[in-house]
Amino acid sequence: MGTIQPKIGEPPVSEELQLVNAAKEGDVGAFEQLVKRYDRNVFRIAQHITQNREDAEDVVQDAFLKAYGNLKQFQGQSKFYTWLVRIAVNEALMKLRRRRPERMISLDEDVKTEEDSLPREVADWSPNPEQQYSQAELRDILTRTIQGLPPSFRTVFVLRDVEGLSTEETAEALELSIPAVKSRLLRARLQLRDRLSRYFQRHNGNNKSKTGSGDGNQ
Amino acid sequence: MKCSEFLQELTNYLDGVLDARTKAELEDHLSWCHNCYVVCDTTKKTIEIYRDSQLYELPEDLRTRLRTAIVSKCQGKKKAGPEHA
Repeated sequence: MGTIQPKIGEPPVSEELQLVNAAKEGDVGAFEQLVKRYDRNVFRIAQHITQNREDAEDVVQDAFLKAYGNLKQFQGQSKFYTWLVRIAVNEALMKLRRRRPERMISLDEDVKTEEDSLPREVADWSPNPEQQYSQAELRDILTRTIQGLPPSFRTVFVLRDVEGLSTEETAEALELSIPAVKSRLLRARLQLRDRLSRYFQRHNGNNKSKTGSGDGNQ
Repeated sequence: MKCSEFLQELTNYLDGVLDARTKAELEDHLSWCHNCYVVCDTTKKTIEIYRDSQLYELPEDLRTRLRTAIVSKCQGKKKAGPEHA
């Protein structure tokens, strides 16, 4: 069984640093290149966190403007993108908190959920499960499923598995420890898998077992 | 290796960051534990489906509008003078 490979090829760092340095000197055209490079990523991250289109649009603007205004504070120890993601995540969380003031929303929360135990749904999936549904149905399933995760899990999963940041970059962007990122990523992946199994499992009934991930080897 | 131990290492396994010995132990477990094989395989598919899903793509017209607004405000800041930390 193969491993998961990162999705995106990354631009050379030195070229990016040149753009950042030019932007620091007031070259708005150079900053525009950075916006073009990362606006789609920031929008996706923001919409995953806020779950709201208008908020995500605001986050794109606010995050880039904040980055521009604070470029002198970017010292180049991390990648520009990681630094930008950190700003965008904070902006997105502020939006989320404003919309849901009744709930404390923090990336520090180490949520214990009922689903933290061994996977309950160990049915095998159809060979091409996504083809069982129309594009619109599939989007709806995937959106509702990921929205059901706690924000702290959702954010780690999106940065690591959708946007392709490394564990270290995710930890830096979210100001979490590496073990905390790994723990949340595992639980996010398992919870999503468990929930998607309701839609994607085989329907011949031969492989279905709800007894947990064990074959008597405990 | 127990199923619970397998699950603890699942993320490291899928990310390809395990040492050779632990990887071999996991693959031995996978060879006979059908449930863990299914969990591993479907977790991998979960990641791939989300990665390929293109949820929340930024439409080109909105993208242009946002970028124009950002650049315009940056120009405004530039005229107002640099910010000092």
